[in-house]
Amino acid sequence: MAIVQQIVFIGTLTVAGFFIRQRVLRIRENIFLGKKKSIHDRRRERLKNMLLLAFGQKKMFKRPLPAILHFFIYIGFLVINLEVLEFVIDGILGTHRILAPYLGSIYPIATNVFEFLAFAVLTACVIFLVRRNVLKIPRFWSAEMTSWPRLDANLILTTEIALMCAIFTMNASDQILQTRSEHYVNTGVLFLSSYLMPILQQADTSTLIFIERFCWWFHIVGILGFTLYVTYSKHLHIFMAFLNTYYAKLEAKGHINNMPVVTNEVKTMLGLAPAAATPTEPGRFGAKDVVDLSWNNLLAAYSCTECGRCTSECPANLTGKKLSPRKIMMDTRDRLEEIGKSLDKKGKGANDGKFLLGDYISKEEINACTSCNACVEACPVMINPLEIILELRRYVAMEESGSPASWNAMFQNIETSFAPWKFSPADRFNWSKQE
Amino acid sequence: MNAPTVADLAAKGETPDVLFWVGCAGSFDDRAKRVTVAFVKILNAVGIKFAVLGTEEACTGDPARRAGNEFLFQMQAMNNIQVLNGYSIKKIVTACPHCFNTIKNEYPDLGGTYEVIHHATFLQQLINDGKIKLKEGGAFKGKKITYHDSCYLGRANNIYEAPREVLQALDADLVEMKRCRTTGLCCGAGGAQMFKEPEKGKKDINVERAEEALGTGATTIAVACPFCMTMMTDGVKNKEKEAEVKVKDLAELIAESL
Repeated sequence: MAIVQQIVFIGTLTVAGFFIRQRVLRIRENIFLGKKKSIHDRRRERLKNMLLLAFGQKKMFKRPLPAILHFFIYIGFLVINLEVLEFVIDGILGTHRILAPYLGSIYPIATNVFEFLAFAVLTACVIFLVRRNVLKIPRFWSAEMTSWPRLDANLILTTEIALMCAIFTMNASDQILQTRSEHYVNTGVLFLSSYLMPILQQADTSTLIFIERFCWWFHIVGILGFTLYVTYSKHLHIFMAFLNTYYAKLEAKGHINNMPVVTNEVKTMLGLAPAAATPTEPGRFGAKDVVDLSWNNLLAAYSCTECGRCTSECPANLTGKKLSPRKIMMDTRDRLEEIGKSLDKKGKGANDGKFLLGDYISKEEINACTSCNACVEACPVMINPLEIILELRRYVAMEESGSPASWNAMFQNIETSFAPWKFSPADRFNWSKQE
Repeated sequence: MNAPTVADLAAKGETPDVLFWVGCAGSFDDRAKRVTVAFVKILNAVGIKFAVLGTEEACTGDPARRAGNEFLFQMQAMNNIQVLNGYSIKKIVTACPHCFNTIKNEYPDLGGTYEVIHHATFLQQLINDGKIKLKEGGAFKGKKITYHDSCYLGRANNIYEAPREVLQALDADLVEMKRCRTTGLCCGAGGAQMFKEPEKGKKDINVERAEEALGTGATTIAVACPFCMTMMTDGVKNKEKEAEVKVKDLAELIAESL
């Protein structure tokens, strides 16, 4: 019997591992569909950002209540995964609580700590569900939060609650079984799950064994399934946040990335540099599709967990404009996933006639941005929707000449009068004649 | 008005200690010109050896870049850098956060590296060094003033305290809006919005912000940016409060209290 369980377990682990690996490779390939950009400078600062913002969750604490609840889930996730290690070893070797004899008196302490964390996770998830579905906090209900993003969030929270319940039920039945069979190693009193013991006490031993085994399998298969699900979900931030905070922009937020291709051309035009012997085909100016964005913008899209802090602080969105920085990130990821799916089927990939600009994001949205950086400041994991908006504007302005008419007039004024308004450059110094 | 140009000084074989970059708004917009004049008044009162570019100055290219026209931005930037480098300019002060941000953060990518200071920081330093002496019991003593953060000073460049310290030097009662510093609400003009009508929405951003500023009960709304000046002034007018509440730049508040 035990050997069958071992074989089934190793089989499950292998299948899950295979699918998770495939998804990881797909996401990696998707991200590198973006434009090459070398980000290897200032490693200490990058590491510092990763430790403070991803590991330390510094920016989350701008909003204390969700920060504390999120912190419970985060710590729970990190620590309870240590317990999963024991699950995996037990599953492969066909043992039961293999670490207990080795850890001695530490084992009950550790298991109790896991239980308290599991309870904290459970409580936080329940409160989060209430915030989303009962209190209907506005940022979870804005326009881009259509049925799938809302379901995604609820699925994650419900799954986490179910996984935690499985731990408690498993530990409760295990504690009863410890009094009935030598196979069940003494764990000492597990404080929280012992409250469930009276409910299970009446059950006969074989039922309890079944419950214990069911919960064990439910928990481990649940975790494996959840890991695979995460790769399709907004929840991927649990891994990507670390990468994104490391690779995020370090310059002042007001800085806009230079376009060296343009610099070369402008230098030639101004006679500051000789024309290149063989003019290089510059590709597209700005971005029309996700493949025109830098890979780190695409990484950022996978790091977004759709919390909506950006949108809730966006002045354009607050005053009823169509722009929502969260939607910019969601659209970028959705488009990238669409391309990835097509590539998996050996389809046309990015050459399917669809584009990020137009099919996902409209000009009305990108034109409404004031570049105020409120979204960038608000993001707990340093996502920068502004970079994407600007790349799209660059495409519209330079490839399509499709900017709003008043912007085209402003361009013309700068070109002819060296000011955004139509004044004579000769009058620029007239202010000095006042008084 | 004593406002020498760099060319004037160069003709005498001199260079200024600091170049005052006036900016397009400061040169052409009637309201912003009064800020330019106020700032020059302060520079002269303190006795700083400054100069302006006069008609040799041109748009930094900020609105072009933010609207997506990188060619135009770089044309402007490189021409300006040639002029600035030609005069061996080392230090620049400006009253416009957009010019400040562009010259400080974006010109170095194109070969123009200078020490760039916004006038909020410049004024704060002069006050701290005791070079600006304000009247005892000035006009703003005990008056309620609220400060509207410019995005291009605040979030873009992490300058939050310098403008507030300048206001504190006036002995004024500084009241904060709920959305201030890192969460300060934009006036609605950044990202080249100054040069077009807003997109369709429920409300104009400057009206939203003006309501918040008026809600503090302040009689003066202090700004440090010519675009914020326009937007906040229009917002206050929209609420028909222009008789009771004035929108003023830091430089004007200081110049009035000298």
